Amino acid sequence: MAEVCAVVASTHHPFYYKTSTMPEAERPPFAAEWIAKIESFRETLTAARPDVLVMVGSDHFHQLWLDNMPQFLVGKAPFFDANWHNEEREFGLPRMRLTGQEELAAHLLRDGLDRDFDLAFSNELRIDHSITCPIITLRPEADLPIVPVYTNIFAPPLPQPRRFVALGRAIREMVESWESDLRVAIIGTGHLSLELGGPRQFGPTGPDPVFDRKAVDWIASGDIEGCLAEVSLDSLHAPGNATHGFMDFMLMMGAAGDGVPADFVETVDLFHTMEAYFTWYPGGRVPGRAEETS
Amino acid sequence: MSKYLVDKFLYSVDRDPELTERYREDPVELVAWWEANLAGSLLNCIPAEQTTWLAFTDEERRALAEHDHVALFGMGAHPFLTLTLFIALFERDHGPMEYQLAYARALDHVTQPYPDIAT
Repeated sequence: MAEVCAVVASTHHPFYYKTSTMPEAERPPFAAEWIAKIESFRETLTAARPDVLVMVGSDHFHQLWLDNMPQFLVGKAPFFDANWHNEEREFGLPRMRLTGQEELAAHLLRDGLDRDFDLAFSNELRIDHSITCPIITLRPEADLPIVPVYTNIFAPPLPQPRRFVALGRAIREMVESWESDLRVAIIGTGHLSLELGGPRQFGPTGPDPVFDRKAVDWIASGDIEGCLAEVSLDSLHAPGNATHGFMDFMLMMGAAGDGVPADFVETVDLFHTMEAYFTWYPGGRVPGRAEETS
Repeated sequence: MSKYLVDKFLYSVDRDPELTERYREDPVELVAWWEANLAGSLLNCIPAEQTTWLAFTDEERRALAEHDHVALFGMGAHPFLTLTLFIALFERDHGPMEYQLAYARALDHVTQPYPDIAT
């Protein structure tokens, strides 16, 4: 059976690429700390030596539109072109092409349907920055095959938070039941508190630093029950109008396991968001270093 | 109210650089042209299969034609769509982050709960 070699959860700030590739002298003051932390975060994935990446993200009204909106969708295709005109325009993101892992995608679709997740699928999916940002931060070589999994955190009505957690748990189990010798990392990106297009956008910190600290604690300690007790579709409006993206972190908590603390936790306070990075090694061990707990 | 159609306008103009420029230069013309020609356009369908019943209200047409992002927010237009398109339209006329902060200040009077964005 396949091995889950790492579970990784991250914010997906679209300006990291631009910030880290501009000439050093032109970089903003926060760049050095941000880049150093991302490089440490990247090492946590490199150490896990993955062969395949399951990439959980959310299409930002790029390919998925209100005339035909899936709640959860798996991309099954040999290749995925990536990044869209408006992401090149606004964020300076590059065009990319990633390879797909169709066997694992087919397995997730079949097994997911049989577990009562009515997963939609796409055989021609152009992916966006919710998936390419973690490729850029965690695996800039972009050399591993992926299975994209899109969630709807964007266009209400949305699935309930507990459904995100349940899907995360299911993805973990489904990957572990895939008949393959490959090592799979499950990577997902979301947001902490975030406001876009409202009065609290682009403030000196994220719109709700108290929520952010609490959220980081929930994720870092694997406190799924505590998180589910406080978070609802209604409550997520209060920290900022785009905070429903936190449900993708909840999905990743499900994938990491109840009560399982993260082996790597890092945060960066940027001017309008708190960025947060987490890695879990199943069993609490860096893969391949059986003697050493991380 | 046709919140869906307002979102469709923002979505389709944002993703097409030519429409974005036309909306910046002559919003009255572009909004009228778009409603006449693209409002009913359904993905993967031939023109004969256009949707027949979509139209803006007068207030929606006015808000779009006047680049009135505050009114669009009040109507429950999707804030991500409005912000992304308006950054494309106006960021170039301002210093770094200046436009985004002015955009937020114009919404300072808004209190929670924000207008419902469900379509």
